[in-house]
Amino acid sequence: MKELMKGNEAIAEAAIRGGCRAFFGYPITPQNEIPEYMSWRLFEVGGTFVQAESEVASINMIYGACGAGARAMTSSSSPGISLMQEGISYICCAEIPCVLVNMVRGGPGLGGIQPAQGDYFQATKGGGHGDYHMIVFGPQGVQECVDLMYNAFDLAEKYRIPVMMLGDGMLGQIMEPVELPPMKDVSKLEKKAWATDGTGVGKNRRIVNSLLIEPDKLEAHIKHLEEKYAEIAKNETLYEEYMTDDAEIVLTAYGTVARIGKSAVHMLREKGIKAGLLRPITLYPFPSDAFLKTAQKDSVKKFVCMELSSGQMIEDVKLATHMLKPVEFFGRNGGNVMTPEDIVDFITKEA
Amino acid sequence: MAVVFQKTKMLTDTPFHYCPGCTHGIAHRLVAECLEELGAEGKCVGVAPVGCAVFAYNYFNCDMQEASHGRAPAVATGIKRVAPENLVFAYQGDGDLASIGMAEIVHAAMRGEKITVIFINNTIYGMTGGQMAPTTLIGEKATTCIYGRDPEKNGNPVKMCEMLATLTGPAYIERVALFDAAHVRAAKKAIKKAFTYQKENKGFTFIEVLSSCPTNWGMAPEQAIQFVKNEMQAFYPLGVYKDTEVKD
Ligand SMILES: Cc1ncc(C[n+]2csc(CCOP(=O)(O)OP(=O)(O)O)c2C)c(N)n1
Ligand code: SF4
Ligand SMILES: [Mg+2]
Repeated sequence: MKELMKGNEAIAEAAIRGGCRAFFGYPITPQNEIPEYMSWRLFEVGGTFVQAESEVASINMIYGACGAGARAMTSSSSPGISLMQEGISYICCAEIPCVLVNMVRGGPGLGGIQPAQGDYFQATKGGGHGDYHMIVFGPQGVQECVDLMYNAFDLAEKYRIPVMMLGDGMLGQIMEPVELPPMKDVSKLEKKAWATDGTGVGKNRRIVNSLLIEPDKLEAHIKHLEEKYAEIAKNETLYEEYMTDDAEIVLTAYGTVARIGKSAVHMLREKGIKAGLLRPITLYPFPSDAFLKTAQKDSVKKFVCMELSSGQMIEDVKLATHMLKPVEFFGRNGGNVMTPEDIVDFITKEA
Repeated sequence: MAVVFQKTKMLTDTPFHYCPGCTHGIAHRLVAECLEELGAEGKCVGVAPVGCAVFAYNYFNCDMQEASHGRAPAVATGIKRVAPENLVFAYQGDGDLASIGMAEIVHAAMRGEKITVIFINNTIYGMTGGQMAPTTLIGEKATTCIYGRDPEKNGNPVKMCEMLATLTGPAYIERVALFDAAHVRAAKKAIKKAFTYQKENKGFTFIEVLSSCPTNWGMAPEQAIQFVKNEMQAFYPLGVYKDTEVKD
């Protein structure tokens, strides 16, 4: 049975059904419904919730809890995620699985509280210091948030890596009918041999650490991380091709912008313009192969990358397509969102 | 042959890297002995700081996490909240705890997190080479106050036990020192009491240990011990600052 749910609350419930048993976070618009929901719901399922003193503290509580083997998550929005970067870097180096949500708002600075996608670079290129990545999802609607969140902990634990849901204010606030999956049985989860559950002594001691002071050891560890990212790219890359079979103009966008783009595809086709849309679902790993294959098609004349930023994902699109076809940019910023008509205007003016 | 003395099994066999005359090592041993005596083997998790004790994870014979600079109380909160049956401790220096990590320690104390924090006050940033710490005494020299700490230019030192004792969350707060055998014994008693309170779910527990840094103070070990006894103790008085079991 489908239920009508707000994006933020659906994400929270899906996380719990996916096994989340601890939440550490600090209030910030537009994601407050997530901690608010978690603050009562987690105690119903035997979990724990802490309203931390800051995002710096939240991410370090995640380090501790997930390092001890628990399924824990935090959520925040842009300025708060900036504060977490040192912690995320430590988490990635120590290979601690966890789930993070960023309901992106307009930046830089205190910016605004309306939807934006200006944190793409921060999310996909590391964000903090050093060489690392997270798995980053750019869900387009509430149901996809639920589906991705439900399995996010399994995925994070499979590779010992953080999984970030990169949403935006709109995604968090809209209400849509969703099908919620059943509760996973957390008691059946495999014990994590590396986690500091307190039982370690002598040779079986577990150490959660990101200090590798000898250059050769650090280099070997980074090499190991690179191999892990390659494996993730091979196995976990997700994207959607929408009416791209015969498309001459390939729109590309992620998150809510992709949905607006899909409406534009229909409007363009009514005008006789063969448009389609290629939508990355994983922003890291980026679906580079799908973009290259599309670019290699004779039918494809150009790409139009649409973002709520000054143009960030477009760099990955250009790299992935080897610039075989022109890549144009159409963006809005500051919390403004384009309409399907804006997209149609942009493309018909260009044509 | 009868064994009359044995190193506690809660320490590993890895030799300490600390400088001669540094009391970090004694503090480690006291913590480890208390854990053993309380039967915490296989039932505890420690958190190492960023500071000279960063390698504490190599020394304690239990599961360990290495926190980022100042965040050990937040990390310990996460560890304790998801497995409250474990004894959880954070071991932190004064730069780590009273400067960059001031928010985390105050809030862990406010919340009454059931963890034990061992606070090593040596009035200096040991690891980074002797810069001024929040705890550096007025007049004490450091590489970022070479003529001695001047409150006009460098601000004033902070007394953590006194400050945290104003909060409701802590169950036990004591300041101890390690400058002679009697004080080492007293320090151990305090640490054991803190862990006992944690075990009994009484609340947040905090032991400040006045410690030496002969290397960055530019002193011989014996001289450094005298500095703790005379200069440091005068400004940081030893004693119990909070004990929820003693009603006044
Ligand atoms: C974010 C960050 N800032 C600065 C440092 C550098 N740093 C490492 S240890 C340290 C000071 C440690 O002093 P203290 O906590 O007093 O410990 P001690 O070495 O004296 O035992 C500093 C500033 C760091 N590692 N991370
Ligand atoms: S530098 Fe100071 S605090 Fe660090 S190990 Fe040496 S004496 Fe101890
Ligand atoms: Mg110090």
